[in-house]
Amino acid sequence: MKLITAIIKPQKLDAVKEALVSAGITGMTVSEAKGFGRQLGLTEVYRGAQYKVDLLPKIRLEVLVSSSMADKAIKIISDAARTGSIGDGKVWATTIDSITRVRTGESGEAAI
Amino acid sequence: MAEVVLNTGDTAWVLASTALVLLMTPGLALFYGGMVRAKSVLNMMLMSMVTIGIVSVLWVIYGFKLAFGYEANSQWFGEISLSGLGSAVNELTNNGGVYPVPLLAFAAFQLMFAIITPALISGAIADRTKFTSWAVFVAIWVTLVYFPVAHWVFAFGNKVGDTITGAGFLAGRGVQDFAGGTAVHINAGAAGLAMAIILGRRFGWRRESMRPHSLPLVLIGAGLLWFGWFGFNAGSALGANGVAALAILNTQVATAAAALGWLLVEKIRDGHPTSLGVASGAISGLVSITPACAFVAPWAAVVIGLIAGVLCALAVGLKYLLNFDDSLDVVGVHLVGGLWGCLAIGFFGSSAVNSVGLNGIFYGGGTALLGKQAFGAFFVLAYSFIVTLIIGYAIDKTIGLRVKEEAEISGIDYDQHAETGYELTSSSRGGYSS
Repeated sequence: MKLITAIIKPQKLDAVKEALVSAGITGMTVSEAKGFGRQLGLTEVYRGAQYKVDLLPKIRLEVLVSSSMADKAIKIISDAARTGSIGDGKVWATTIDSITRVRTGESGEAAI
Repeated sequence: MAEVVLNTGDTAWVLASTALVLLMTPGLALFYGGMVRAKSVLNMMLMSMVTIGIVSVLWVIYGFKLAFGYEANSQWFGEISLSGLGSAVNELTNNGGVYPVPLLAFAAFQLMFAIITPALISGAIADRTKFTSWAVFVAIWVTLVYFPVAHWVFAFGNKVGDTITGAGFLAGRGVQDFAGGTAVHINAGAAGLAMAIILGRRFGWRRESMRPHSLPLVLIGAGLLWFGWFGFNAGSALGANGVAALAILNTQVATAAAALGWLLVEKIRDGHPTSLGVASGAISGLVSITPACAFVAPWAAVVIGLIAGVLCALAVGLKYLLNFDDSLDVVGVHLVGGLWGCLAIGFFGSSAVNSVGLNGIFYGGGTALLGKQAFGAFFVLAYSFIVTLIIGYAIDKTIGLRVKEEAEISGIDYDQHAETGYELTSSSRGGYSS
């Protein structure tokens, strides 16, 4: 079992969500996040003065999948989230020890 | 001389203008409140609101007499005594001439100017000033700076027959300032500069952009200021007459042109016309037309406003060059706009539009008027700057002016007022975290 975590551009959330659902991956958790990568943010001009803005708004998307689905899910997310410009984000997978569905008490892959 | 009897039309307009000018201070609270970060919105707004409280009380104790008394027969201050307003119900206003308006209406109208002037200063010291120290500052500042300067500019003295006694220093010299370019805007702008220097820069200034947390609040505030300013400028005619009509029209067109001028600078320089720009531009127009509104023709008001918008849009960048944190651009808008408006009378002044006005350079009046205007403007600037530095320094060395670093970073609202502006979720304290 894997936890896929993706940091993506906010405007790509809908595309990623639709791509995942149409591939049969249902259930995800989305949170608003801020961060920067190798470019250390960007420079903006406001009221005639320049500022370095390092923490840019991002979306953090978390999806639980079975181990066999992990590579497919990562490809779906990265394809859907890609704009080709800097700041497109990252996707990674973490191995999960246990999952329990709160309502029924089911555990393991049945709880995904 | 025929006895002057109360005129109900004039009185009604001055009373209505009084309410309009009061509204400017809560409007200013919104304008400034929206411009600061979410964690300091309440402190910013309360600085304006407490000023209404403090100055109103001081005004009826001694402020009115200090500004508009004439028994001291001094050009520097009115009179050091209790205001004595309580017994004035049947008196008419005598300010360089008898106006058919109750003295109490004039006193209430002028009180609103005394309130908004110190409130304007608060924008220069946003996010970091101890609230009680601000309250002490307001009381001392109006006493030592605003009340005397209002006397210099607005007190035209006690006229009995052909004799005038106790006229103010600048009013007596023929400096033209219809509604307070010197006494209100240059005064507040210079004081804001002094206080920004004494308090020092906010943590993270220049590193973070410290964007306004609510531009809709800024726009509502700017709208209320614009609305109230009709009372400020046209009410200063102290009558419902042609001068008031000229002032109201000039106020509108100068403000409109200034908003456009500021947007134009932003579009050309930064690529984006902004909502903060349209709000700031409108205020810069209102400021610059304030001294000139009853002395220039409407076409000149458009030119004055347009130049004000462009000039102030460029001037707000000065703080980055000079490295002082005038947080909400009190200097760039009020000091620069006020100076421009006062000097503009020296160019555009016209006795054709107002019989008590003088001709400026463009109307064949030569440079005499410009010289007087420059003298008045820079005299008030220097007095306000120096005295404010002394007051600010004294408060800083005794009770302290600035909140602790942790309080400033986590949010002055919770530190000073135990409240936060926005309780948006049950688990938050409006952006406050310890």
